[in-house]
Amino acid sequence: MPVLELRNVSKSFGGIAAVREVSLSIEQGAILGLIGPNGAGKTTLFNLVTGIYTPDSGEILFGGRDLATLRPHEITDSGLARTFQNIRLFGQMTVLENVMIGRHCRTKAGVLGAILGIPGVRKEEAETRKRCLELLDFVGLDVDPDEKASNLSYGQQRQLEIARALATDPELLLLDEPAAGMNPQETNETTELIRRIRDAGKTILLIEHDMKMVMGMADRVAVLDHGVKIAEGTPEEVQRDPAVIRAYLGDEANVVA
Amino acid sequence: MLQQVVNGLTLGSSYALIALGYTMVYGVLRLINFAHGEIYMVGAFIGLMTSQTAGLPFAAAMVVAMAGAALVGVVVEKIAYRPLRKAPRLAVLISAIGMSIFLRNLALALMGPQTRAFPIPFEVKRLNLGRLRINSFDVLILLTSVGLMIALHFLVQKTKIGKAMRAAAEDKETASLMGISVNRVIAFTFAIGSALAAAAGVLIGMNFNAVDPSMGMMPGLKGFTAAVLGGVGSIPGAMLGGILLGMAEVMGIALLKSEWRDAIAFGILALVLLVKPSGILGRNLQEKV
Repeated sequence: MPVLELRNVSKSFGGIAAVREVSLSIEQGAILGLIGPNGAGKTTLFNLVTGIYTPDSGEILFGGRDLATLRPHEITDSGLARTFQNIRLFGQMTVLENVMIGRHCRTKAGVLGAILGIPGVRKEEAETRKRCLELLDFVGLDVDPDEKASNLSYGQQRQLEIARALATDPELLLLDEPAAGMNPQETNETTELIRRIRDAGKTILLIEHDMKMVMGMADRVAVLDHGVKIAEGTPEEVQRDPAVIRAYLGDEANVVA
Repeated sequence: MLQQVVNGLTLGSSYALIALGYTMVYGVLRLINFAHGEIYMVGAFIGLMTSQTAGLPFAAAMVVAMAGAALVGVVVEKIAYRPLRKAPRLAVLISAIGMSIFLRNLALALMGPQTRAFPIPFEVKRLNLGRLRINSFDVLILLTSVGLMIALHFLVQKTKIGKAMRAAAEDKETASLMGISVNRVIAFTFAIGSALAAAAGVLIGMNFNAVDPSMGMMPGLKGFTAAVLGGVGSIPGAMLGGILLGMAEVMGIALLKSEWRDAIAFGILALVLLVKPSGILGRNLQEKV
């Protein structure tokens, strides 16, 4: 059974179809690359999957459950996490706190326990801290964990977002342009990191503009254009697909190619 | 002069307790909860009832008042604000004003318009240090307020729910994607803010030996002023704003006349809004695109 399955999902905003009849599925442990020109509907698709938007029609099944019935925080609970194209960290909180926020949905302590400082709660909090420090290490973020998140460099903030998403213990991780604005060295490091995350058993849905990066590591690639899925296959198949070339380069490209 | 400082601190710390509720709710909802003064009044009444009718000792009456007001705060949020979560902010503000009027009149209908005396459940001692006079109330108000503020600081900075509150205040949508139930965080924020207001209501009701249905109006506005002065949305700002406002009022009365008291407070409000609307410790909140 696929981890995530979209069946004929559509979403319009004021008469403009952002996503039209899109069907997709991702197998356990795979990396699916989602590409397409600007405005193709990639981020809208992410927002549909994470419950920010609800589809006008169609179904989104995650582990066999229909996501439309869940609230965003319940979707996270069920094992789905994401990062954002425009970084959305809690800038006023520390690096470590940002990761701990992600971890909290997996801890049990209630409000009263925290107020009363019950030993079990303290122990849990200490374990959360330890686990989150390990995650910072895993993503290769070498900064003071008590630094304010907004003081980090752009590349570091992207790494922190990934650590925060991993803290929720997701089965499926959605990465929205994780290498945007990065220099080649940082892009290589991010590619390595994504591979390590996949090797740790996670399934990954990746939006990325860096074609070399997507083609180099995705198992399968789906291409969106004007909200419609125009191609899907292995990176090699997609790169040869005339519809994809047309979407990216225009009709003239056929002549040249 | 030292006497005025003590008076200012006492008055200011009660303003700070009220201001905290305004500022915390504003932090997560960007809403000025104009029913907050009425929560303060409800807290004072519950405290009065429990210590008078049920005969509970002061500390227990205080805890019951805080818990009762917290519950009222959560209910108010649920029926008057939550259905309007996606409505324009003005609609929520109007709903808040409506809730304020409703609660005041409900208290009027249930308790009657008369001012009730607050029986003092302990012996009032007076301490004279030269010309400085301090009584049990001053000590009680200061200690309770400072204790509650320290507890709040710990709660917000160190606990899981505190982190969730700060995360929701920064970005509700992202917070929900981190598995935080934003509605629960908002309800919790109302509960804490309301409990603090109730504590202030009991302390002030006892200090002035007076509890009545419209007692929440002026302290509500003063608490709001303190929150704006300190920087609405900022918790340390609310504490600082409360103390400064209390000081300014007491000093103003000492230098001018007691009739000037409210004029000074609201003069400060107007001035802050004109000169530095983000307050002393407030961040300039930019609207997200």
